[in-house]
Amino acid sequence: MRHIISLLMENEAGALSRVAGLFSARGYNIESLTVAATDDPSLSRMTLVTRGSDEIIEQITKQLNKLVDVVRLIDLSSSSYIEREFMMIKLRALGAAREEFKRLADIFQGSVIDVTDNSYVIEMIGNSEKLDAFIKAVGDEVVLEVVRSGVTGISRGEKGLRA
Amino acid sequence: MELSGGDILVQALKEEGVEFIFGYPGGAVLHIYDALYRSEGIKHILVRHEQGATHAADGYARSTGKPGVVLVTSGPGATNAVTGIATAHMDSIPMVVITGQVPKKVIGSDAFQEVDSIGITRPCVKHNFLVKDVKDLAETIKKAFYVATTGRPGPVVIDVPKDITAPDVKVPFHYPETVNMRSYNPTSKGHPGQIRRAVDLLLVAKRPMLYSGGGVVLGDAADELTQLTQTLGYPITNTLMGLGAYPGTDKQFVGMLGMHGTYEANLAMHECDVLLAIGARFDDRVTGDLEHFCPHAKIIHIDVDPSSISKTVPVDVPIVGDVKEVMNDMLTLLEETDTKPDAKALAAWWQQIALWQDKDCMAYATSSSVIKPQSVIQSLHKVTEGDAFVTSDVGQHQMWAAQYYPFNKPRRWINSGGLGTMGFGLPSAMGVQLAHPDATVACVTGEASIQMCIQELSTCKQYDLPINILCLNNRYMGMVRQWQEFFYDRRYSHSYMDALPNFVKLVESYGHVGLRIEDPADVEGAIREAIALKDRTVFLDFITDQTENVYPMIANGKGHHEMHMPPPRELS
Ligand SMILES: Cc1cc2nc3c(=O)[nH]c(=O)nc-3n(C[C@H](O)[C@H](O)[C@H](O)COP(=O)(O)OP(=O)(O)OC[C@H]3O[C@@H](n4cnc5c(N)ncnc54)[C@H](O)[C@@H]3O)c2cc1C
Ligand SMILES: Cc1ncc(C[n+]2csc(CCOP(=O)(O)OP(=O)(O)O)c2C)c(N)n1
Ligand SMILES: [Mg+2]
Repeated sequence: MRHIISLLMENEAGALSRVAGLFSARGYNIESLTVAATDDPSLSRMTLVTRGSDEIIEQITKQLNKLVDVVRLIDLSSSSYIEREFMMIKLRALGAAREEFKRLADIFQGSVIDVTDNSYVIEMIGNSEKLDAFIKAVGDEVVLEVVRSGVTGISRGEKGLRA
Repeated sequence: MELSGGDILVQALKEEGVEFIFGYPGGAVLHIYDALYRSEGIKHILVRHEQGATHAADGYARSTGKPGVVLVTSGPGATNAVTGIATAHMDSIPMVVITGQVPKKVIGSDAFQEVDSIGITRPCVKHNFLVKDVKDLAETIKKAFYVATTGRPGPVVIDVPKDITAPDVKVPFHYPETVNMRSYNPTSKGHPGQIRRAVDLLLVAKRPMLYSGGGVVLGDAADELTQLTQTLGYPITNTLMGLGAYPGTDKQFVGMLGMHGTYEANLAMHECDVLLAIGARFDDRVTGDLEHFCPHAKIIHIDVDPSSISKTVPVDVPIVGDVKEVMNDMLTLLEETDTKPDAKALAAWWQQIALWQDKDCMAYATSSSVIKPQSVIQSLHKVTEGDAFVTSDVGQHQMWAAQYYPFNKPRRWINSGGLGTMGFGLPSAMGVQLAHPDATVACVTGEASIQMCIQELSTCKQYDLPINILCLNNRYMGMVRQWQEFFYDRRYSHSYMDALPNFVKLVESYGHVGLRIEDPADVEGAIREAIALKDRTVFLDFITDQTENVYPMIANGKGHHEMHMPPPRELS
């Protein structure tokens, strides 16, 4: 199963490598990882997407909690949450396809942010499935470049992940 | 009070009550060495290799429960220390290792003797710190000791760039009294509901079994373990790391379990219906094949580290907490309840265990012509009346020491279990002897292992350490040879120890006493002689049976019920 784990860490040099090192040393799968400082500059927040059986996810969260720099973590996917990913995609856009891509971008609530005679850059936000769907809709052959931020997420409702 | 970083570091160690620093100087730590020179109170032990420093600090820590302290220089000093840091990490030993680092302004420029010590040690420490400002130094040291010694203990590295300790930069010194780390709060109190469930389960068991490990030694809970075991009247086994936490000569003790454990301990594990695991981590050398591990048992597990629980074996009643506190809570509940263990079932269970014990799995063929390694350990036990500190290296000799020297007290058996580091025995014995100057310290080693840190013989001389080195010299990497005999059709690939030194002459050149013993009749006398020499390091080179194997044995990937038993023994 796919899990999204959010964690708050002391914002120290090397914090990221502790997490990345843990995943590679223990052979855990890691699909994406995002990290940035929070409103409290002494903390950084990390969002990890990983896959594994319940036992593996339990070990992952225990091992992450064991890192001395980790202040708190939650498995977002264990209750109701929102996930978002940002994507910029560069497409070969020629002739009739130019209108078609704009229309598709509208449907997916993205927008064209760069235009040349033969290309578009489109930006888009959504959960990973939506971004995948857009890529599928335009078709692999026209995709020149894709850059995705990796997933971030937040739980629904009043409760949150705070130090 | 304004002090330089070097002086702050030394003062902070004093505030922590540090008695010994095991170290080796070099450019990046010269300011610290200068501060040490100018101060009194802490004894610096100069080793001959940084690996030796870490093992010696580790031996000090294992035998006292206090954190071991190491000081090494940057670059090769730090990398040489890594094996010892990893050894301590695998066995959860509290240690603070200070590594020098190149000055801050040249970090990252491939400066002379620069390595990324934080990066290199990260996977084998509990935590590590890089000190970036001399103002943070005292607090970082406080945190390092706190993290190393609380919760599940472990080694902590503090990487100190040279400019941090410079004599001309002085800042106010104040050693913090307490530590506050929002990100680190180990649990010590177990959950009362879980503890009650555990006690209820233990009391309805028909074939109960206690399995305790290094956590009981680390948590100084041998008394509680003994009381709990004797209150219940249940059989108990210890892991290699847990030996001594329950008296090895007591009748409820069924011996060590696992790969080279006793027949009765392993079969009792296999047949039990309730298993109480206390400060043990279900290592693969203990469980054997997980498919066949304790197939009939409900499992209760007490451990401070949640990640040890249900890591390899799913557990029915997890209890996160300190072994001492949790066992005390269990004892209170046992006192309050009117329910008693099922006496009839228990009697039948003990009867079954007695049948397994009748196999006498630890018997071996004795000989009057060639020294049997097991007999050397038994003689050591006899001569020291079971009251020595015994360190060991890694191999067959380690297993024989564990099997034939029953320990009645914790912190007496000092060995590298998790990493299995050859070279551990001699330097760790130095740390033990320094911590316990009047105690008898024996280092049981093999002719291969001893050569991995043999240079420390020189340190033994410098500090007059009366360690008794018992080398079970089988002219083989015996443990490797044994696996090749069993699993590789006797293809003894590179496991013969050719070109061995004359150990007697070698140790004599270091200024020690050496004896070579070939006749079984001389074994006990030689040990008596060595121990009687109270102010000398003595090396006993026992020429032992080359073909002897460690029995019983569970082959890799087999279950507890599938043991290799010793071959039928001939009478000598
Ligand atoms: C050649 C060789 C052969 C070996 N053969 C065997 C064998 O036959 N049998 C055997 O048992 N081992 C054997 N070992 C050792 C084995 O590799 C492991 O090191 C050992 O089994 C681990 O012991 P343990 O489970 O007690 O864990 P330890 O490594 O001692 O871990 C301690 C556990 O207790 C917990 N803990 C620590 N402090 C506390 C506290 N205060 N409160 C609560 N919990 C705490 C920790 O979190 C950890 O989970 C062998 C090693 C070698 C080198
Ligand atoms: C540093 C290191 N290298 C290799 C090994 C693998 N190993 C385990 S036991 C052993 C042989 C040890 O030989 P010796 O010290 O003579 O002990 P014996 O088994 O003969 O008693 C080896 C090579 C190890 N444990 N540690
Ligand atoms: Mg040998």
